[in-house]
Amino acid sequence: MQRTARRTTGGLALALAATLAITACGTQSQGDDGGSTETSSETGSADLKIVPSVQIDIDGAEVPVETSGDPVDPAGDGAAECAEGTSIAMAGALTGPNAALGQNILYGAKVAVDAFNAANAGCQVTIKEFDTEGDPQKATQVAPQIVGDASIIALLGPAFSGETSATGDVFSQAGLPSLSASATNPDITKNGWKTFFRGLANDAVQGPAVAKYMVDTLGYEKVCVVQDNSDYGVGLAKEITAGLGDAADDSCSAEVKVGDKDFAAATQLISSSDADAVFYAGYYAEAAPFAQQLRDAGVDIPFVSADGTNDPQFVTQAGAASKGAILSCPCGPAPDDFAAAYEALNGQAPGVYSVEGYDLATIMLTGIASGVTDRAGMLDFVTNYDGEGLARTYKWDDTGELSSALIWIYEVQ
Amino acid sequence: MSTSTPAENDGTTQPVRPRPELPPAGQTPVAQRPHGGLGDRFRLWWDALARPAQWGVGVPFILFVALLPILNIPVLTTVGTNFGAVMAQFGMYALIAIGLNVVVGQAGLLDLGYVGFYAIGAYTLAILTSPDSPWNVTQPEGWLSDDWAWLAILPVAVAITAMSGLVLGSPTLRLRGDYLAIVTLGFGEIVRLLADNLDEITGGGQGLKSVAYPRLGVTEELPNGVFSAGNVGTTLNSGVWWFWLSLVFIIISLMLVGNLERSRVGRAWVAIREDEDAAEIMGVPTFRFKLWAFVIGASIGGVSGAIYAGQVQFVIPTNFNIINSVLFLCAVVLGGQGNKLGVILGAFIIVYLPNFFLGRTSLFGIPIDGNEIANYKYLFFGVALMVLMIFRPQGLIPVRQKLLTYGRELYVAARRTLAKMPDGGPQAAYATAAPASGTGSGTDGPAGNGAGERDETTDGGNR
Amino acid sequence: MLVHGVLAADPLIGFDLAALGRNFWALTVDGLTYGAVYALVAVGYTLVYGVLRLINFAHSEIFMLGMFGQYATLLALGFYPSGDAFDKGILLTVLYLGIAMIGGMVVAGGAAVGLERVAYRPLRKRGAPSLVFLITAIGASFVIQEFVHFVLPALTGGELGGVNAEQPIRLVEPEVQFTLFGANVTNVTLIIIFSALILALATDMFINRTKFGRGIRAVAQDPVTATLMGVSRERIIMLTFLIGGVLAGAAALLYTLRVPNGIIYSGGFILGIKAFSAAVLGGIGNLRGALLGGLLLGVMENYGQVVFGTEWRDVVAFVLLIVVLMFRPTGILGESLGRARA
Repeated sequence: MQRTARRTTGGLALALAATLAITACGTQSQGDDGGSTETSSETGSADLKIVPSVQIDIDGAEVPVETSGDPVDPAGDGAAECAEGTSIAMAGALTGPNAALGQNILYGAKVAVDAFNAANAGCQVTIKEFDTEGDPQKATQVAPQIVGDASIIALLGPAFSGETSATGDVFSQAGLPSLSASATNPDITKNGWKTFFRGLANDAVQGPAVAKYMVDTLGYEKVCVVQDNSDYGVGLAKEITAGLGDAADDSCSAEVKVGDKDFAAATQLISSSDADAVFYAGYYAEAAPFAQQLRDAGVDIPFVSADGTNDPQFVTQAGAASKGAILSCPCGPAPDDFAAAYEALNGQAPGVYSVEGYDLATIMLTGIASGVTDRAGMLDFVTNYDGEGLARTYKWDDTGELSSALIWIYEVQ
Repeated sequence: MSTSTPAENDGTTQPVRPRPELPPAGQTPVAQRPHGGLGDRFRLWWDALARPAQWGVGVPFILFVALLPILNIPVLTTVGTNFGAVMAQFGMYALIAIGLNVVVGQAGLLDLGYVGFYAIGAYTLAILTSPDSPWNVTQPEGWLSDDWAWLAILPVAVAITAMSGLVLGSPTLRLRGDYLAIVTLGFGEIVRLLADNLDEITGGGQGLKSVAYPRLGVTEELPNGVFSAGNVGTTLNSGVWWFWLSLVFIIISLMLVGNLERSRVGRAWVAIREDEDAAEIMGVPTFRFKLWAFVIGASIGGVSGAIYAGQVQFVIPTNFNIINSVLFLCAVVLGGQGNKLGVILGAFIIVYLPNFFLGRTSLFGIPIDGNEIANYKYLFFGVALMVLMIFRPQGLIPVRQKLLTYGRELYVAARRTLAKMPDGGPQAAYATAAPASGTGSGTDGPAGNGAGERDETTDGGNR
Repeated sequence: MLVHGVLAADPLIGFDLAALGRNFWALTVDGLTYGAVYALVAVGYTLVYGVLRLINFAHSEIFMLGMFGQYATLLALGFYPSGDAFDKGILLTVLYLGIAMIGGMVVAGGAAVGLERVAYRPLRKRGAPSLVFLITAIGASFVIQEFVHFVLPALTGGELGGVNAEQPIRLVEPEVQFTLFGANVTNVTLIIIFSALILALATDMFINRTKFGRGIRAVAQDPVTATLMGVSRERIIMLTFLIGGVLAGAAALLYTLRVPNGIIYSGGFILGIKAFSAAVLGGIGNLRGALLGGLLLGVMENYGQVVFGTEWRDVVAFVLLIVVLMFRPTGILGESLGRARA
């Protein structure tokens, strides 16, 4: 069986393995389980995909889609010139229990840097990695080093809200633009920092929009809100519950923990309620088994979730149970060729925030290509930036929040 | 590790002779092999010094350590992380190690939930001073001025941590060894889960930010003072200031613990550690002294937690994982359970080593991948624990019990006699030396215990 | 209950007895599936404690290795991660499950014996005190976790181990078979409970009826006399670790049936503490106590998380452990392995 062959290629070089896997999976279909054909290198469930359906504004009303321009290519025109040693830094959890998120961002950024360096012989940009383990204390140790390295003209990170809070002052005083791909706590931008830019919509935008959409457009009268204990999940659930108003059913709301794999009690609560829908505020790693266990328990009300879950991995892991799930995201869909390039370079599929990592790195690289040589120049460039990324339009207001507040609604079909 | 091979070190000065040491600190036949390396000679030399001379040596040494992050010594200074901030973390871990050492090293109670006390200290400070918390007492909502908030809340944090030690200790300290370890492990997790679940007070997974810190040294460039995270100067950054602050607390707690160790309490701890049943029978109120150890250990952990919350200005439950408890324990075991200076070294190793490798691409000209090495730190610490337990369970700098409060000279004299003793084997040497050192001046083990127990019995009679 | 007073004044912790009433049987059934897993893992703790008076803190990691063992076996059999179950018919499914279980048992059993050889035996030879054993066990636990975290992916080219949980391989699609007092009983529930029951019975018979079992009981009761009577203590100790490991390996497969996404390097830790709690609850050192304790803990934890809220699940288990240790440290059935006989 070809699959067995694929499993045994483990010892080979990653690139080779990835290529093999893609070809192996592309050409075969599974006979005995209902004719599933693989759409990607990860064996997915029968043709399920996350498909964009509508775009909504903060009041949950549909907004017609205006055709946006092509995303900016990090490679540029290939004629960039810059000083030797020009670098950008990435700070986030690269080891430790939260390493996956940091790596997603870093690997995404590496795709952009790789493309840039390959195309621009006259400008080789290094990406310097700084590991914070997601620990604010560690971040305070790392931050002075980043600030002290004069060759670093922009920072991708810090990844988490906690470490961002702990180090924001440092970067602000050093005038180093820090573009976070993942810190979603709404309060971060209220500190008066001049150098912080959030590369995604904060929960205060997405929450009300999705909540209103669920009540007004989808017509749900009773929704169970389930949240995880992450910064992201807690903040989002708060906004969603507030936005839902009376439609949020407290008797079947539940809290789970990041890393949980079993949701028996939450499932039980929901199955014994007569809710119209479940909203899950958290990441796909928990959402997938949760959705699956809901289906296993015979609960077939709609599963609604947000950008943390809006990931191909959700469909891969939840399989048929993901069908019909409604996922919001402030982001546009990640194109397939990005996923392919990412997997070829990093040996794994892109995850949450990979696209943001790529987009933000692209912005920095575009800046460097346009002749930016120092932090002040980069700060100026980012402040005035207005361009398309893979995920969304990037343009910031003066607090460092994205000015566009449109949310996409997706459905797994 | 030089101390473990007596022959090498002693060979130059004296004829090699195994010392009539009895096992240190709750140890076993494993530890019964003699020690007589550098460490011992240093110890002897140190003990022989007069008090003023000890100060004369000690103060410059402490000053040197304090100035380490400023001196910028080549190889020693960390590359990937800021040395001052690393030393600040070392300061906090050293405090923790001193506190945990009281519980584990001196009283022999294995506490796997020590991170809980650290968390309680940090959270007390955060809950009372963070604007996100409903119980914030600082301005503008509260009455407490921001400038003094950290210092004012610190005693509160310590008091609450001490109380939590009492609350945890009173039911659980009736349990023995292994059970206690698992129960404290559960306690540590419960504290973290409480911080996670009681989100209306603790902020849950969002944590509490803008925690108070001392506002000192406010200048034009540093509107928030030298302790603020915004102080990123090349030499005198906030990390250095926090390191100095924790040094002050380290010295205070060392004095406190040192005095306790030499007091009735300390002797009771040793007695409990060596043989709880015997101690109980001899009249030591074991439960009460165990509780003491727990409470004192907890409060020192609370101080460290409060320093942490102040430095990072942000607390979140994930930073108080059980894995930290194990790291703390690792510091104590590595340094030498029961030896309060040893455990500080242990804390230094735990904090410094991973940071030493971080971001380093070459060491003494040899190319290395420092990040990769730092990545494996838990693996290394795990292996270190296992290897240490097999070959050197007493730690790098083992403890020597000397239970005599005022008999230093006698002790030194006795040790010197032992060292110069002609043939006759360790047993003979011990037999002759012990009486020579007087009734109360036992060196180690049983003799020491005897002193402690006698003491306790008389006290018991008086009560 | 003390907590209740606090709750009435302050809505920090929810308290919903009605929810428990509504879902009582469903929670019981689901709790039993969990309890079955706890029980099997708890046997490992209890046997080792009975024989050596040692809490094998690293047993949770043996369980975790068991999860990887059965996963690797399934990969080798040609299965691949998928969100959907492989519907291969009852006979083939049972066969594959059996093979995977054996895979898990071999890995976990081997690891348990290896752990004993590498970490504990040198200490035993030196007569180290229990604290030293416990610290070693903690070290070993670190080493095993980090091995799966860092070394295993390097060895397998990223196929196994690493930071993220393994993608689940689902052999069985949970389907409701029948309803018991309003509680849905699925095929997965049945497989778990029956397999655990069979394994528990087999272990009980092994300990109580066979020559080796007699040896284990003898060493547990009086090591010196047992040695004098010709029982090889070292061999019995190895056997004890082996049984514990094998059962943990079996439990690993059952657990992944219930929680397919749980295969991760850190996935054994909490479960291990709970299994230990179960062993203490039933009376550590007592085989049947471990089984009973496991089932009880699984069920009570499930009740607790509905009464107090799902986020309090682990707290319920830990508080239960502390309460039992405080009021009845010898557990429900008492401590001795030697006394637990047919």
